[in-house]
Amino acid sequence: MSATCDHDHEFHVDRDNLIRALAAILPADALLYEREDLTPYECDGLSAYRQLPLVVAIPTSVEQVQAVLCTCYAMNVPVVARGAGTGLSGGALPHRQGVLLSLAKFKSIISIDTGNRSAVVQPGVRNLAISEAAKPHQLYYAPDPSSQIACSIGGNVAENSGGVHCLKYGLTVHNILKLKMVTIEGELITIGADALDAAGYDLLALMTGSEGMLGVIVEVTVKLLPTPERAQVILAAFDDVVKAGAAVGNIIAAGIIPAGLEMMDKLSIQAAEDFVHAGYPVDAEAILLCEVDGTNEEVSDHITAVREVLKRSGAIEVRTARDEAERATFWKGRKAAFPAVGRISPDYYCMDGTIPRKHLPTVLKGISDLSKEYGLRVANVFHAGDGNLHPLILYNANNPGELEKTEEFGGKILELCVEVGGTITGEHGVGMEKINQMCVQFNSAELTQFHAVKHAFDEKGLLNPGKAVPTLHRCAEFGATHVHHGALPFPELERF
Amino acid sequence: MNDISQALQQRVIDAMNRKKPLKIVGGDSKAFYGRETAGEILNVAGHSGILNYEPTELVATVRAGTPLRELEQAIRAQGQMLPFEPPHLGETATVGGTVATNLSGPRRPYAGSVRDHVLGVKIINGRGEILTFGGEVMKNVAGYDLSRLMAGALGTLGVLLEISFKVVPAPHKELTLYRSCSITSAISTMNSWAARPYPISGAAFDGENLYVRFSGSDSAVDAARKKFGGDELRDAADFWQRVRELRHGFFAGRQPLWRLSVAPAAPYIELPGKSFIDWGGAQRWYMGDADAERVRAAAVSGGGHAVMFRGGDRAQSFQPLAPVILRLHKNLKQAMDPMNILNPGRLYAAL
Ligand SMILES: Cc1cc2nc3c(=O)[nH]c(=O)nc-3n(C[C@H](O)[C@H](O)[C@H](O)COP(=O)(O)OP(=O)(O)OC[C@H]3O[C@@H](n4cnc5c(N)ncnc54)[C@H](O)[C@@H]3O)c2cc1C
Repeated sequence: MSATCDHDHEFHVDRDNLIRALAAILPADALLYEREDLTPYECDGLSAYRQLPLVVAIPTSVEQVQAVLCTCYAMNVPVVARGAGTGLSGGALPHRQGVLLSLAKFKSIISIDTGNRSAVVQPGVRNLAISEAAKPHQLYYAPDPSSQIACSIGGNVAENSGGVHCLKYGLTVHNILKLKMVTIEGELITIGADALDAAGYDLLALMTGSEGMLGVIVEVTVKLLPTPERAQVILAAFDDVVKAGAAVGNIIAAGIIPAGLEMMDKLSIQAAEDFVHAGYPVDAEAILLCEVDGTNEEVSDHITAVREVLKRSGAIEVRTARDEAERATFWKGRKAAFPAVGRISPDYYCMDGTIPRKHLPTVLKGISDLSKEYGLRVANVFHAGDGNLHPLILYNANNPGELEKTEEFGGKILELCVEVGGTITGEHGVGMEKINQMCVQFNSAELTQFHAVKHAFDEKGLLNPGKAVPTLHRCAEFGATHVHHGALPFPELERF
Repeated sequence: MNDISQALQQRVIDAMNRKKPLKIVGGDSKAFYGRETAGEILNVAGHSGILNYEPTELVATVRAGTPLRELEQAIRAQGQMLPFEPPHLGETATVGGTVATNLSGPRRPYAGSVRDHVLGVKIINGRGEILTFGGEVMKNVAGYDLSRLMAGALGTLGVLLEISFKVVPAPHKELTLYRSCSITSAISTMNSWAARPYPISGAAFDGENLYVRFSGSDSAVDAARKKFGGDELRDAADFWQRVRELRHGFFAGRQPLWRLSVAPAAPYIELPGKSFIDWGGAQRWYMGDADAERVRAAAVSGGGHAVMFRGGDRAQSFQPLAPVILRLHKNLKQAMDPMNILNPGRLYAAL
């Protein structure tokens, strides 16, 4: 599957002129344009989509970022920002007529303010590096995507990334205070504040999850939280996925918001166990990992309560990690779930729908039916607490047509999520990958509103063109424009 | 329970066609807040009712005209709460006004703001279109986050029709400890305690005493009592209610009342008059006659901004925006409400 650049996003860029203009503002080692130098940037974590950019710019200062954007603005050149390239939706996929702007050199933690419990970091800083730097102060940065050893905080902001702890501690949007951002016109602006709110519209919320479509983030002030006194995890095994799903609701009904609440199904349990030997019960149909954290006393109370709920919900086995080492072991299998699945299949495709939890049985049944229909296996890994599903479709890209079949299957899963009142993406973003399913989730008036918002920041449409929000033309071709509230599909096609 | 969305939509379409601005009103409890806007009144209070509340999903979806009181009662009956403790500031407060003003109570620094708990909205934009953004799930990154953008926009970007909130279980137990101290030591104590992993859910200073509230399981709250010391406040629920509703004695005066939103550990901001600290240091109420320039400069030096909350020059309610930020605001307003008919001028003159 190569990235289909639709005609709405054609630009006419003179490569030599562009290189000359950028060479005037960037040091020689910050500008790449030979084919072999461009190749490492041709895709992000969704490697099925590949595209070479015209050039890669790797600035080292904010002034250089501003200069690159000014130049691109003046010359009408598309710009795609890139952090660590771990995104799973093709968000950082280059534009073939554009500049790939890498923030990889922005790696410093500028300051840690223990009094205000915040840290100022550059966008290329790895997620985990923030918590590591804060650790001596008994503080940490809460959102912890499974990719946290690699992904950048700039990418986290652009995707509004979550992690296993976001049910209790929130997503990226709940854990940042301030951004410095460069507009497509090259202006450096500050959004948010060191305070808990800022004057005017909540541009901080709008920027979070905007997938590099509205501006380039060059500095992030994150909130830090005190490291909990204690964290303990329980592993519960079930002979039925539906029972495991019900147990999740029962824990919450007991008034407990666990720090993490994850579910794995049989295939992922087995894959993880073969890979990291976490001691998972391989005969179980599903396991739940439930972590509670807080003060010593609170954790003791909650462990007792959660164990009871799990037993009452029909768990066939309930284990509590006795120490840090065992806690790490319990988590190891979950954290390694993706690579573990990668070992049992030549390729896998990770979906990211989110549903109201009560529909879990319906959706699981639907996925399993589709799995039979398409003849492709699925391993299910969920952020169960917040209904975020990561079905991993197993396929072999070398089998002709299998990738296309997989994509179609994935699309059906997302449509099922929308049908039960959920969303096509909980945390990985739309990017290039889910652009067609956006037509299913939103009607044309809503999509038009998104385009108008984009236009408010980027009139020329140069930032990450063609991603995140489909054009109405594209939806018409996909044939799935969502029509609700009696709205006409294309009342004003040419508005933007 | 009443659905008047079609009538509301028709009003917006008419207003758009006639280029006549609308003044959106819910319970009118926060009419004093922000800049004034002239326009034909669009009353959304009639659009009411709780549409969906499922305690185990931690989600409540309500029509914007629903009385805040009604929503809170329904949630409390299930042992849950709106963690942002929104101030009602009047009997008639509606859910829509709560979101439009984005005002949050004492629990805000520890549990998040109104905005933090908005999961999705249905709105009428300035083109008279009914649009849905976000949803009823905890995580949703499809499309730009226009739901949270509505929080604090004072109705200038859309007429709120429905809002889905994240709700959470109410704590088993709460305890408030207090002790007398100086303002400087109150600020440093609030912040050093907040840097430790204890279940703090409120920290305020009224000029004399530092008050710290703990929420959580019985044993956790008891442990906090031992660790922190100080006296237990007897009428604690009433105290926090008065702080939340600005009915504490501090708020009684006639002079202009300012809200300074600053970095929590910002040093004491000295201005002529009196001050009250909430949000663990991040919200400083100031009552006095200092001129606006001085108050705003003080807030900026504390890392934030100031709002003329009540009793002063309403035309200058909010901190002026930097030029590029203002341009983006105007562009956004244009994107959502091109005819400038929704609460024009309520937030800033140019919007
Ligand atoms: C094994 C694995 C596990 C994962 N687990 C999780 C998980 O648990 N939770 C989760 O949420 N995600 C997860 N992800 C997805 C991914 O790691 C996140 O989306 C991450 O935030 C991407 O960060 P990045 O630095 O790699 O960004 P990139 O992939 O480089 O970019 C992502 C998007 O952000 C934009 N962008 C990047 N930097 C900037 C900037 N400075 N300014 C403006 N725009 C920018 C890009 O244009 C692109 O649209 C996982 C990925 C992998 C491979």
